[in-house]
Amino acid sequence: MSGKGAPKFNIANIPARRPFSRRRKVCPFSGDAAPKVDYKDVKTLQRYISEKGKIVPARITAVSAKKQRELAKAIKLARELALLPFAVQ
Amino acid sequence: MAFYEHVLIARPEISPQQVDTLIEGLTKTITDLGGRVAKNEYWGLRNLTYRIRKNRKGHYALLGLDCAAPVVHEFERLLRINEDVMRFKTIRVEALDPEPSPILARRDREERRRARREGRDDDGNEIMGEEE
Repeated sequence: MSGKGAPKFNIANIPARRPFSRRRKVCPFSGDAAPKVDYKDVKTLQRYISEKGKIVPARITAVSAKKQRELAKAIKLARELALLPFAVQ
Repeated sequence: MAFYEHVLIARPEISPQQVDTLIEGLTKTITDLGGRVAKNEYWGLRNLTYRIRKNRKGHYALLGLDCAAPVVHEFERLLRINEDVMRFKTIRVEALDPEPSPILARRDREERRRARREGRDDDGNEIMGEEE
């Protein structure tokens, strides 16, 4: 990781295969002002389910592993309470 | 004593007043059993995302309980008998949040926004912007 940012000339890690640099996304539930994962907060949970109603993988949403476990639990709870769908036809 | 959040969905055919009496009765049972109802919210008649007992809507209510586990067991037994209650769920929490839940808070904000929008129409999608 440290080699990439440093101006060290090494053929192996010249950023040739990165035509545009993508900023590393941070977990939306970590940090001080982050919202809590809550099964009652339907609007927030809705962002982490697909159009079909499936839970979106953390590698796409950049939610940390710990928060993703919480999130999955919250979504499943919300489904049981008919706040979120199990499946959308 | 432990804290629980209890959400229940009542039949849509009954009136909001009947829901109130239902909640009152449930509060009384909890108190009689030696618990305490710390929070009481009525979310209104909401659309269900799928059908429950052939209903598309239901009255949602949330109770914040502070009671021992046997009280919850008895309470749930009574709810299973109650025909007006379609579904319930008790969730143990570390602490009860004194703030109104996101569902209620959101509705308040939307109402305020709608009132504002009648005057002028802008900043409609600040929620959508965060999505990235």
